[in-house]
Amino acid sequence: MIPLSHYLILAAILFAISVVGIFLNRKNLIVLLMAIELMLMAVNLNFVAFSHYLNDLSGQIFVFFILVVAAAESAIGLAILVVMFRNLSSIHVDDLDNLKG
Amino acid sequence: MEFKNFLFYLFAAVTVVAALRVITARNPVHAVLFLVLAFFNMAGLWLLLQAEFLAIALVMVYVGAVMVLFLFVVMMLDISIERMRRGFWNNLPLGALVGLLLVGEMAVVLTGKYFSLEALPAHETPAGYSNTKELARILFTDYAYPFELASIILLVAIIAAVMLTLRRRKGTKGLPVAQQLNIKRSERVRIVNMPSVNQFPAGKEEGGDQA
Repeated sequence: MIPLSHYLILAAILFAISVVGIFLNRKNLIVLLMAIELMLMAVNLNFVAFSHYLNDLSGQIFVFFILVVAAAESAIGLAILVVMFRNLSSIHVDDLDNLKG
Repeated sequence: MEFKNFLFYLFAAVTVVAALRVITARNPVHAVLFLVLAFFNMAGLWLLLQAEFLAIALVMVYVGAVMVLFLFVVMMLDISIERMRRGFWNNLPLGALVGLLLVGEMAVVLTGKYFSLEALPAHETPAGYSNTKELARILFTDYAYPFELASIILLVAIIAAVMLTLRRRKGTKGLPVAQQLNIKRSERVRIVNMPSVNQFPAGKEEGGDQA
């Protein structure tokens, strides 16, 4: 049998990969959104693994709600991306300097 | 049991490789497709954890809807990859440092005795156990209110996404519905008061016809 720690370490590896992805793809908004999806997936794996090993279904309910929020987030994020591309003709993060931050 | 162990390591390895390719792929379309692969393998892992409903929901919702939306947007936008890739590896040392720190610290915490098989043995489900049924039972009783809130969130997301991308072009022909609905009867119908006059008196009617 696989111990719980293996699942948790796999989720940690996936989370770290997506953090590195955010560092690497600092300029590409689409890959940034994908890295966020990957992070949510790693967190969901934690929830499902704990739900299985602790024999408590509440963790899976939580994953259900995370899926709902993640779907809403990516839909709105992609809509914002499309609007931004319409206005700026690029999705380069460096072009987003209207506020001079 | 051995085969399940083998499946876990297979799914885990493919997921990690696919995740690495997601963040390093040159072409965003390839990145999306590798993310689809990662999601499929994650669904396999969830099946190993006996979360059947969530595994199928992951494939249907994520791979079927969200990833297709991603693909659609990636293919719709004209992205200059060259500019995106400039200085791509510059941030790798710092990113790799943070990532290794994350994994290292988590591994130190998680490989302790609290998460081993002795502390938390995997439980066996009884025969005839239905994950979907149990999930539905607590979702519609204990979590009914959050469930309704989730539907509100989805509704807000639909409206927000439509309103953000809605574009009114100039010169398109259409009916102004608001104006149509605002019309009052007094603007369209004019009642004219006409006195009733008999132009053909009864005596002259026959003579007029013959002429």
